[in-house]
Formats: sequence, C-alpha cells, structure tokens
Amino acid sequence: MSIKSYREATFDAMKEEMIRDGTVYAIAEDINGNGGTHGRYTGLGEAIGDPGRVIDAPISEAIIVGSAVGAAMSGLRPIVDLRFSNCIPCAMDEIVNQAAKSRYMFGGQAKVPMVIRAPDGILKMQGAHHTDCLEAWFTHVPGLQVVVPSTPAEGKGLLKTAIRNDNPVLFFEHKKLMAMTGEVPEEDYTIPFGKARVVREGRDVSVIVYGIMVSRALEAAEKLAAEGIDAEIIDLRTLSPWDREAVLASVKKTGRAVVAHEAVRQSGFGAEISATIAEEAFGALKAPVIRIGAPFVPIPMAPNLEDLCRVLPENIYEGVHRALGRQSDR
Amino acid sequence: MRKLSFSMATCEAMAEEMALDDKIFVMGEDLARQGGIFGQFKGLPEKFPGRVIDTPISETFIIGGGVGAALAGARPVVDMHFADFIGVCMDEIFNQMAKVRYMFGGQAKVPLVLRAPDGMTIQGAAQHSQAVEAWFCHIPGIQVVAPSNPEDAKAVLKAAIRSDNPVIYFENKILYKETAMVPEIADEVPYTIGKAKVRREGKDVTIVSYSIGMKNALGAAERLAKEGIEAEVIDLISLSPWDKEAVLTSVKKTHRLCIAHEAVKQGGFGAEIAATVAEEAIEYLDAPILRYGAPFCPIPFAPTLEKMVRVFPEDLVKGIKGMFE
Amino acid sequence: MKVSKEQALKFYETMCLIREFETSVKHDFLNGEIPGFVHLYIGEEAVATGICAALDDTDYIESTHRGHGHCIAKGADIDRMMAEIFGKKTGLCKGKGGSMHIADFSVGMLGANGVVGGGYNLAAGAALANKMILKNDRVSVVFFGDGASNRGTFHEAANVSSAWKLPTIFVNEMNQWASTTPYETTTAVKDISDRAKGYHMPAVIADGKNVFEVYAAAVEAVERARAGEGPTFIECKTFRVEGHFVGDPELYRTREYVKENAALNDPLTWFDRTMTRKNGYIDGVIEPQELEAVRAAAKEKIVKAKEFAMSSEYPDPDQYTADLYL
Repeated sequence: MSIKSYREATFDAMKEEMIRDGTVYAIAEDINGNGGTHGRYTGLGEAIGDPGRVIDAPISEAIIVGSAVGAAMSGLRPIVDLRFSNCIPCAMDEIVNQAAKSRYMFGGQAKVPMVIRAPDGILKMQGAHHTDCLEAWFTHVPGLQVVVPSTPAEGKGLLKTAIRNDNPVLFFEHKKLMAMTGEVPEEDYTIPFGKARVVREGRDVSVIVYGIMVSRALEAAEKLAAEGIDAEIIDLRTLSPWDREAVLASVKKTGRAVVAHEAVRQSGFGAEISATIAEEAFGALKAPVIRIGAPFVPIPMAPNLEDLCRVLPENIYEGVHRALGRQSDR
Repeated sequence: MRKLSFSMATCEAMAEEMALDDKIFVMGEDLARQGGIFGQFKGLPEKFPGRVIDTPISETFIIGGGVGAALAGARPVVDMHFADFIGVCMDEIFNQMAKVRYMFGGQAKVPLVLRAPDGMTIQGAAQHSQAVEAWFCHIPGIQVVAPSNPEDAKAVLKAAIRSDNPVIYFENKILYKETAMVPEIADEVPYTIGKAKVRREGKDVTIVSYSIGMKNALGAAERLAKEGIEAEVIDLISLSPWDKEAVLTSVKKTHRLCIAHEAVKQGGFGAEIAATVAEEAIEYLDAPILRYGAPFCPIPFAPTLEKMVRVFPEDLVKGIKGMFE
Repeated sequence: MKVSKEQALKFYETMCLIREFETSVKHDFLNGEIPGFVHLYIGEEAVATGICAALDDTDYIESTHRGHGHCIAKGADIDRMMAEIFGKKTGLCKGKGGSMHIADFSVGMLGANGVVGGGYNLAAGAALANKMILKNDRVSVVFFGDGASNRGTFHEAANVSSAWKLPTIFVNEMNQWASTTPYETTTAVKDISDRAKGYHMPAVIADGKNVFEVYAAAVEAVERARAGEGPTFIECKTFRVEGHFVGDPELYRTREYVKENAALNDPLTWFDRTMTRKNGYIDGVIEPQELEAVRAAAKEKIVKAKEFAMSSEYPDPDQYTADLYL
C-alpha cells in the first residue's frame, strides 16, 4: 500500500494497462500541451515508452468519440477524455447511437471496448456550462456501462476494469476527487462492475451513494454516530450495472433508505434506486425513502447561489433524520 | 366537434397559432415540400408561405438556429424528424436552449417548441424507435410534454407554442393515425402545461402513464374491470413539470400504484414517479410500486425479438392482480 | 479606408478599456478574488473593436468563452460587466452567468458561450429570423477561434448561411492557439478563411492588430449582409498573449516565444506607433499626450468598475430559482 492522489492512482492505471496492452491509447484535447484534464496525462507517453499513443485532438467531441468508436471496432482500445461532462452532449449521438448499439445492432460482430472519462460536478464558480452531473442519462441507455469512483484506490481498480472491459464505459469522476489522497494497493488489481462496497456497516439506516457523495456520507455518519445513530453506507461504484442485491439486502436489514447524489434530483439516478427499493423491498420499509439531489436549476455563478445547489454532509445528515422520523438539530 | 387524426390535430393547432402570430415559423427537414414525414405539417406551407422552411440535414442548426431565432424575437417551432437523432443536437438543447434564459439573468427568453416524433413503430430497429423523454426531465430550463390522443395533441401543442419557455413536444409515431373527436376552436379548452388528466376513475389501483403508454394503461384497466378490479388511470400529459398532486391524491385513495411507459425501465421517467410516491406517500400504499418499461437492451429488428421489448396490457394486468394476493 | 480623428480616438478608447479591464481581471483572479474560469482577450482588442464599430445596437453578436472584449466593444455597461464577473447581483446577468456567460441583450450582445463552437448556429438562427421572419436588416456576427472552426457546428452554420444568403458574419479570431494546441497541428488549412470557399462565401483576411483594417472589412461585410447578399468570412490574424485561461501554466510554449509574438501583434503599440506619425488612416496625427489621456481615462473607468463590483452584494439566496421559467 502507498498513499497516492486520485490523479496519480488513475495515471498508474492507465500506464499499467497501456504497457500491458499495446492496443490501448488515449485521446483528448490538450493532452500533450498541458497534460490534459488537470494535467493527469502529463508524462504518460514517456512512461509507456510510446508517445504516439497519447494523441492531441482538435476541438471536436464528435470526432474524438466517433473516431474512438471506429477505432474500437477496428481492434483498438481507446481511452477518451472529454474534459468536462458538459462536453458530452456534443458527442451524444456518437455515444448513444453508435458506441452503445453497434455490438447489438450488428449481431455481435463488433465490440466497442472504449472508456470515456469525464470530470464533473461543482467545484467553485465554473458556471452553468462546466458543472453538470449527467450520469443518469447513460444508465437509461442499454449497451453502455456507467462507473462513478469515490477514492483513489477505487479509481485505479475501476479504471483498469473499464479499460480491460470489452464494453463502452462512461467513467464519471467528480472534480473534487482529483486532489483526494488515499491508500492504494501496489499490486495489480481490478474492481468488478456491478458490485457495491459497504463502506460502513450500520443497523439504523441505509445511505446509498456514489462518487464524491461517499466521503460526504461518511462525514455525516460520524456526526450521526455521536448521536447514537448507526448509518450503513453503500458505495454503488457502478450505476449500470448496479448492485441491486447489495442495496436491497441492506434496506431489508435497516428498514430505512436515504439516497443522495449531486446531480439534479428530478430524474436523477436516485430515482431508479428509490423506485427499485419501493418495488422490491417494500415490505421491509419502516419509513419513506428519502431522496436528495440538486434543485431544479442550472448551476448559477454567484457563489452564494451556487452553494444552494451543492449536496453536502449536512443534507445527508438531515435526510437520515427525516428517515428516522424526526427533525434534526439544524 | 369532428373526427381528426392526431397528425391532423397538430396541423390544426399549428395553423391556428400561426394565423394569430406571424412571428411563429417552422423549420426542419422535409416539411415544406412533403408536409412532414408523418403528414404532421400538411397544408401549412401553402397557408403560410415563407414560414415553413426546409433545412439541410443539420440538427445542430435546426435546434441551435431555433434558439438564436427565438433570441432575436421570433417564435420557432422546430422539428426533429425522429427523437432518435436528438443526440446530434444535445448540446444545443442542454447547454443552450435550457440555460440561456437563466445564465443571462433573465435577459432572454426562448419561446421555442421542439417537436420530436418518438417511439417504436414496426421493426424500426435500434436507431429509429427510441423513447428518450427521461433525459429531458433531468434538465432544468426546458419543459417536456407527451400527449396521448388527438384532442390533447391539439390543445397541448397550442399551449406549447404560446408558452414563452422552451418546450419539447414528444409525439408518438404510432399515435399519428389515431382518430378522435376534437373540438373546433370555438369550444376549445386551453391546456395548462403541468396538468395531468384522470382518464378513468377507479378505487382499487392507480395506473399512471403517458403518450403511447396510455394504450396499455387503458387496455389493462378494461381487462381488470372484468375481474372486478377498478383501476384509476392517470394520463400525465406533461412530464416536466408533472402533476405530482394528481398522482398523490389518487394513490392516497387507491393505495396501489402501477406505472408504465414504452421507454427502457431503468432510468426511465417512471422511476421519478415511483421515487416521489415512495418519499411522499408510502404510508398510503398497501403493496409495492409496480413499474413497467422496456427491458435493458436496444430495440432489435426481427419481429420475434422486437416483441420481447414491448410492454403489453397483459403485463400490467398480471402484475396488478398480484397486488391483491 | 480613412476615418475621422474622433472615430480613431473612439477605437483607441475601446481598445484601452478592454486592455485595462482584462489586466484588472487578471490581477484579481491571480489574487484569488475571482474563482471559476477567466479567459483573457489581451492582444486581440482590435478585432472586437473594429468589428463592433461597424454594427448598430440592434445588430447581434454571438461571443465565446473569451468574451469580455466583445462585450465591451459592443457597448455593454462596464460596471455591470465587472459585477457579473464577481458574481454580484448588480451584474449584467444578476450573478447567474459569470465570465463565461456574460451577456447584454440591450446592446445586442447575445452572450458568451461556454461551449466552444456553440455560438454559430445561434447567430445563424438570429440571422434567419431577422431576414426571413421579422424582415429587418439586422446582421448577426459570430466570433470564433481557429480551434472552434474545427467543430461540425461551424460547417452547418456556414452552409445554411450561404445557401440562404443569411446576414451572418463569421469573424474568425485566428489567434493561433486552441487552448494548448498550436492550430497547425490540428488544422490542415493555413488560412482558416480557405474554408469559406467550400461554402461559396466571400472571405477576407485582415491584420488583426490593425483596427482600421478590421473595421473596413466589417463595414463591407455589414453592407453586403444588409443588402441581402449573404454571409462573409473575416479572418483576423492575431495572437493570444495570455494562456488559455488565467492560471494556465503554459507548459506548451516558452516565455520568449510569447514575448516576441505579443510584441509583434500588439494592437495598442501598433496604434500608438502609427497614429503619432503621418498615416493613411486619418488626416493628420494624434499627439502622444492625447493617447495617454485616453489610456488614463480608461484605467480610471476600470478602477470605478471594480469599486462598483466590490461594493455590490451577492444575489439574495431566494433568487436562485428566478429567471428560469416564464
């Protein structure tokens, strides 16, 4: 084990996979100029001894994604970085109609082993065109897989799986993860998709989260523990496929559920989680299923208004109290 | 009142509104010379010369240009051909159409209607059969409507055109041929975006649906009635905003909820309805919430396979009967 | 093309306002007073100035993430611009948009667009509305960089504008850098205006540091557009002096390279040098002290704008759902 930042851990994932498999390459805007998003590709070409596999793209998300689909169908394994999730709509057709469906439509003749990395989420005052969380859209598209890591170790293992996986993967990484540090195993390891991890065991309530919300839920859990409330925290890790069994087992144990994400609440992935619980663990529920997400507005720029769109530990804390049927101290 | 098809009802709505306001114009592919591939713009080019424009194959211009035209003071109705292609202009919808008014602090308004034929036909296969309304319900700044019959088709389109907000109007391809009695302009009842309609009253179970899904909902209700189960059927009509009060009121009465739509179940709009009830009215429920949607795969071509991704009234009937065991 | 001395001084005033505004914003950003993203227009002032001088308030411009210069040149209220960059309620967009989404519809500035290449179709759509539906002679200008000309949306807007002779004016700010990529590494054409040929669109290349040349090209393009003759492509050769955004470590180019090219392309030093001697742009010359006075006045305006921004409050929290739906 060693302490690494998320950026370092995911760099290692790419480096190791690109050395292991010469068909893996990376493509993004500004990938060589300043190391791409958050500088996380700096030195990658040299590290793998093959700078030709780290490619600068023109400003054309449609080309970046579309060409990756074509390359993947021709036998390569692209890692595409779109810099901001808000750039994804510029390549929506390439993702939804091409990457997602080519294998199925062509009766299995093709496979599309590609990873689309996209930083997302609210940092500070980046405005409405650079802050959205869009993971929910892609959970609704058969053929795609959706991954949302929560720590450096998780990022490394999940990214390796995504790269080795033969399916098109959307890999959403909250911007606040970049600077996060944590223990990362030294050995080669992967984390399977569709398997959640129980980050904290508890008896009183199931808090179901992913991505940056995992660390925020942990913070809320500490405060709740001081009040004698024992929260179980589940990190979904992947949203499509997602570990329904783990979530249902937890809710059947605790009888209460709180779901939280930073994306807009209406039609966010939390709805799918809540709906599934109401459908398949209905008998075990002792309380309404609490669902927390951003309000129904674009992200404003003024810092005090932007703050109203964040989902923070205190929101989860309050949500748990609502699930327990009482008002919190706040 | 006279019998009109869904398609002709939309033409009538367009013609009435365009006669009232000459800033309204239409653009899209294959509209002026052909009247739309489903005949949904028939007669308009002749009635309003110069105001129905055939565009190149350029969805980013159809929608992005529509936004620009709205900013300049016009009132565009733009046509998407097939909702499946909406990915091609997703940025224009998500980052421009939805956000321009808000980001610019209210300086602008975008009175634009995006008409998008959607849903399965017969063997339309994976890229011409999709229902993607759920994506747009997740986007603050736009509104989403999906009428299920000719009368609503007309009233809802008129409301969308008159609205100063950007509205996406999903019109199911199969529904175009449906006919029903539609009021003439004199006794027209205007529609308010965000309001649902109770199509059938009942006390035993609430079935919620919209657009083509209403066929399954009403079909199931008929069959259930023969077995002594009275279903209350709610047609949402608007999905964003949606009539939460109507659904909650019904559920508090019937204590059972079943939601159905044609779109893929996972991440579909049904999840939002179910999750809302699970948070705000779960204590009223006597049974788990049922949710029906397409299974998690693209739409296959072969008829034997395509059948497997459809939802049928029998599916709802079976599930609802199970709620009483 | 010759202009009056007053007009020349007006050009200079606009360019100085932009330069001082950007310098102030850069300083404040590096000081940690402005979070988010800021993209500076330093070195490109003559382009926005020359183009916008040929437009009326009722003509439209579509801007980019690098939009402060366009906004100032189009005549936006500078105090309210500064307040917007700080996210204050007195800002042009009431604190909702910030630097990358700055807009002033009262002077036809339809907004800075945070999506590179997002503005072409909006401009073409406004042009369509004005020509074909509202039937007036307003024109729509879309500013875009060399990198942005690689997006599919450029081609769609160029095609439709040419096919229907829309009053769209495509102003390419050829500043040689698409974020960290030098344009020649991702673009096959040396002159972006070569692409106009493919759309049967007249094109002109202007020296982007020469505000008079830019202005002359704009005047002609506006005349054509108003006469119903369709779009024009104006390529302004310029140079992006600062990094892509403030805080950009600029690992992709050397300090020496930047210094040399900044000096070669600077529109203000060019103006100073040229106007203080006999030249072909105005009758007579402008004295150095006149130029200094304009520069000093511009600086003063920016200081006042900053004060206005600092003394303004953030928006009231309950405003966060305002200006969404009508």
